[in-house]
Amino acid sequence: SSGSGKSTFVNTLCESPVILRKDHLDAEKAAAPKTINITPTTIEMDEDGLKLSLTVVDTPGFGDNINNEPAFADILEYIEHQYEEILSQESRIKRNPRFQDNRVHVLLYFVQPTGHGLREMDIEFMRTLGPRVNVIPVISKADSMTPQELNAFKKKVMEDISHYKIPIYDFPYDEDEDDEETIEENTELRGLLPFSVIGSEDEIVLNGRRVRCRQYPWGVVEVDNSKHCDFSKLRYMLLSSHLHDVKDITHEVLYESWRTEKLSKEGHHDDDEEEVVID
Amino acid sequence: MATEQKKTTASEKKLRVALTGYVGFDSITGQIEKKLLKRGFAFNLMVVGRSGLGKSTLVNTLFASHLVDSKGLLKTNENGVPIQTTEIQSVSHIIEENGVRLKLTITDTPGYGDQVNNDKCWEPIIKYIKDQYSGFLRKELTPTRDRRIADTRVHAVLFFISPSGHALTPLDINVMRRISEIANVIPVIGKSDSLTIEERTAFKKRIKEEIEYHGIKTFPYADVFVDEDLSGGLGSVLDEEERADRQLVNAIRDVIPFAVVGSEKSVVVDGKAVRGRRTRWGVINVENEDHCEFIALRNFLTRTHLQDLIDVTSMIHYEGFRTKQLLALKEASGN
Repeated sequence: SSGSGKSTFVNTLCESPVILRKDHLDAEKAAAPKTINITPTTIEMDEDGLKLSLTVVDTPGFGDNINNEPAFADILEYIEHQYEEILSQESRIKRNPRFQDNRVHVLLYFVQPTGHGLREMDIEFMRTLGPRVNVIPVISKADSMTPQELNAFKKKVMEDISHYKIPIYDFPYDEDEDDEETIEENTELRGLLPFSVIGSEDEIVLNGRRVRCRQYPWGVVEVDNSKHCDFSKLRYMLLSSHLHDVKDITHEVLYESWRTEKLSKEGHHDDDEEEVVID
Repeated sequence: MATEQKKTTASEKKLRVALTGYVGFDSITGQIEKKLLKRGFAFNLMVVGRSGLGKSTLVNTLFASHLVDSKGLLKTNENGVPIQTTEIQSVSHIIEENGVRLKLTITDTPGYGDQVNNDKCWEPIIKYIKDQYSGFLRKELTPTRDRRIADTRVHAVLFFISPSGHALTPLDINVMRRISEIANVIPVIGKSDSLTIEERTAFKKRIKEEIEYHGIKTFPYADVFVDEDLSGGLGSVLDEEERADRQLVNAIRDVIPFAVVGSEKSVVVDGKAVRGRRTRWGVINVENEDHCEFIALRNFLTRTHLQDLIDVTSMIHYEGFRTKQLLALKEASGN
């Protein structure tokens, strides 16, 4: 929903103001029912000569309206539309080698820190989208909870996820194939789910070093301090260690299952595909 | 006609006479107090807001006792489908302080705003408030009525706003407006410890603008003073007390919505045990006015305006309801 810290999170992740926070300037505009506005933004990050093109798709307005059912369909349609593009590309006789893969590799779902477990909307949404995209639940504004409350909340959310059989990306590993290091890493990351994040674009100087943080009258919360939140682990996982894994799963599992469903539903395409007859 | 009017005004003018000796009728306040203490007081509070905003915790913190349990977990039926309850539940407790007994009834509204489609989720709330009024009206109208009608009318509605930092949601605006037309609404920002002071100030300003834009009347009202002496006529000078009251009301209207933090646990700060929350980066002291506005809300609710809330409910909201009902009855029977 609005105000859950999505834009701030993205800006913190990319270390620059990528998404401008839209503050509706007058009460009049804000009162009108908002249609969900799915907007992709692409940033290029460069590290030691290796370029990463990161596209972030924001969904402002999701969850804000009185009736939120249409928003689910909009988001699902966006994701499936990317799959359709890939399918039509693959089926072409002459394929475009420079075709851009716009499939969504990870969907970060921001859960409100209520302390009470998942809401109906959370469950329905993740259940609807889980089969089509890697869903990673994230607890936003995690600085509103004490460490005990956070642990209890994480436990409740994971219990709800397993109870309602919600498909999420849970760092799968193969006991036989993968090496010990990978297994350990994945188990650790799985145990941290859902990731607690705090975002901040403000920096102050603390003890001689520049720190991204949020300042309260009772203390300072540091974004990159892993004792305060899981932001740094999430960032590492998304942009480094598991970057390839999520892309793989998107391509080999999620896309393929969508493709199978789509093709078996419609029978074979009449126009695009031509039957190859082997003599 | 004019002379008649002049005559009535003359007799209505208060004649102040100086006493030549001590009579003793000043003890009436003590007599009333004794009777009231025996009778006890009743206060009915309703909390409205999405689950997880700290409503139950705040109520427990306000009255320094465990009155309500934090609910919130979705219940499921046999097929694993979550069932939403929008049943309104009330719980009553009698708490006592220095010989004064207060029967406190807390009405919770679980399931509000938690569904995917929240259309009409305000209807049970409005119905509950109106039901209390119609119950009271019925008891008032019966030929043989009770000596003292039990007052179950909702005296105050604490409306919890989520600390998003942006603006009010369309649902909030809709519901706050509807409830404010029939009861006293006090907007509150729950779990405000997730906002920095800057964010909080900006958020409050934004909420105040929106409340004004939509014409939502929150308690305390700027133009309603139940105890004001209206017979003074135009150009009368407000006495000291009335001026101080008005100042207090304006000061409170400035603070609204109250940014609160609740806690039933104690933490030690500077050697003293206070109610607070301990995090890895600091301790939030609920009773520290620099941290949150809990003290302001508590004083407002219990120390300065408790009786006012009850009075306004009975004299303004209830009377409005009663007038509408009786007029409607008259029209219906007239046809």
